[in-house]
Amino acid sequence: MSILVVMEQRSGEWNRMSFETLAAAQQVAGELKTTASAAILGHGVDALAAELAGKQLDKVYAVEHEVLKEYTPDAWSRALGQLIAQVKPTYVLFPHTYQVRDFLPKLATAMGKVAVNDVVGHRAEDGGLVLVRQLFQGRVNVDVRFAGEAPHFASLQAGAWRAEQLAAGSAAIEKFSPAIAASDIRSKPQERFRESARAVDLTAAELIVAVGRGIKEADNIPIIQELADVLGAELAASRPICDAGWLPMERQVGSSGQTVGPKMYMAIGISGAIQHLVGMKGARTIVAINKDPNAPIFEVADYGIVGDLFQIVPALVEAFKKAK
Amino acid sequence: MKIVVAIKQVPARDSQLRIATSGKWIDEEDLTHEINEPDAYALEEGLQLKEKHGGEVIALCFGPARAAQTIREALAKGADRAIHIEDENPGGYDPLAAARLMAAALKAEAPDLVLTGLQSDDLGYGQTGPILAELLGLPHATIIMEVEKQDGAIRVKRELEDGWFQHVEMPLPALLTIQSGISKLRYATLMGIKKAKTKEIRRVTPAELGASGAAPSILLDRVYLPERAKQTQLFEGPPAEAAAKLVEKLKFEARVI
Repeated sequence: MSILVVMEQRSGEWNRMSFETLAAAQQVAGELKTTASAAILGHGVDALAAELAGKQLDKVYAVEHEVLKEYTPDAWSRALGQLIAQVKPTYVLFPHTYQVRDFLPKLATAMGKVAVNDVVGHRAEDGGLVLVRQLFQGRVNVDVRFAGEAPHFASLQAGAWRAEQLAAGSAAIEKFSPAIAASDIRSKPQERFRESARAVDLTAAELIVAVGRGIKEADNIPIIQELADVLGAELAASRPICDAGWLPMERQVGSSGQTVGPKMYMAIGISGAIQHLVGMKGARTIVAINKDPNAPIFEVADYGIVGDLFQIVPALVEAFKKAK
Repeated sequence: MKIVVAIKQVPARDSQLRIATSGKWIDEEDLTHEINEPDAYALEEGLQLKEKHGGEVIALCFGPARAAQTIREALAKGADRAIHIEDENPGGYDPLAAARLMAAALKAEAPDLVLTGLQSDDLGYGQTGPILAELLGLPHATIIMEVEKQDGAIRVKRELEDGWFQHVEMPLPALLTIQSGISKLRYATLMGIKKAKTKEIRRVTPAELGASGAAPSILLDRVYLPERAKQTQLFEGPPAEAAAKLVEKLKFEARVI
């Protein structure tokens, strides 16, 4: 048995989530009494491989090829398919990044497997791994088990393991040159870009009042705006509100929006899907107002009121005014 | 352009979820169902592409008999015809097995473009699209915010983390998974609802598609409500009372206001 972690980099810069996955792999390796190795793909990854070699790992695979200079699902899937065929790991772990979401299902399919993605927890049982993931936008959990032959693929959610617990060590670096032709790559990626400079910097806000689907329609947004105004807080939103155009995209908190850490984050009518939670769970105090007592937002909330926001928010506005 | 849009029927978003007595899934008996929201955006994108470039939109759905309602809604919005892979227990198929059925159903179609939502609201794997692309031998891109058709190719805008985007070009045929919010969803018109009744829905079973009945490679062992990581202090009573208690705590205990 062995574990392989596939790290993520772009232009020589780590995707820091990779180190959480690396820490998880070290932990799992300890529990299953085996070793973990790591792979890094790219063109010119020597420095990154050397950095990895300082971690407690069996081996570091530096997967080098000119076509790995830029990410494409075709190149990543082929290169990893070949590496896995040679190394034969039991478990292959990935950080659950947008890039992994793009190529991992393709890679697993090419090997006749199904990846377990967006994993938030695990336990070792009967010499194997049971993985925990979320269903229904985080409202239900499920324990998932692999069946059949290795390799078994899994991607791990951001924030579920801690990168600080990474153990140091000394690993051997092994170079791997996959056989890929430029003609194997069907898509042409272009430069990454941002729409425009962000006019709203939610990351600096001390108080944030955020609104979600529970607000029902755009015409109701002023109810929440009033609460934010009374508190002197920034107004923010979960993704669906920005998708619908009820608030601008730059006010979105979550994996595709901003990651915030205010003194207080008040989530109103937000159920708390994992994509939202990763953007705000670092807040010092979290308050949730939601009609559903089982909404996942209550898993991270310090304070909460279960009920109809259309009654509670006006009452809160009055109470905050009085408290001033 | 021949466009296939894969749609899924899922429990309505505001459903109160209860764990089934089997402990293997939720109890879907009393729930209402609707189109998976990201798939509604995929359908919208398909319809808009057809309006711009001509061709047809085919809705493809793997689901039980009740999913026919969701298929009819897609037809009422403007899909030209549909393929319904009917099975009363779609949960018995892992994402690869389900995608194999879809690939088999599409064999005779040879679409130019296949669209799916980026993920389902129930299982949330976000894998059906890329798996289907691999099975069909198509290039793919995920989490797409814009689609621009070119001569024999497409240029798409892909969403990345933290507010970044990237354009990607690829030849057709191709598969895309569509991000929610790519455009505004349309409603079915009365005329559309009327027309939908005459549109073709081809029903096929997994057996007809040559389902192998192979053992799944992942097993959902146990479904349960998550344990709370934090002890939340909940305030009850009439709104004014609960609000006053909360504000007092925020002021004197959490000291955040």
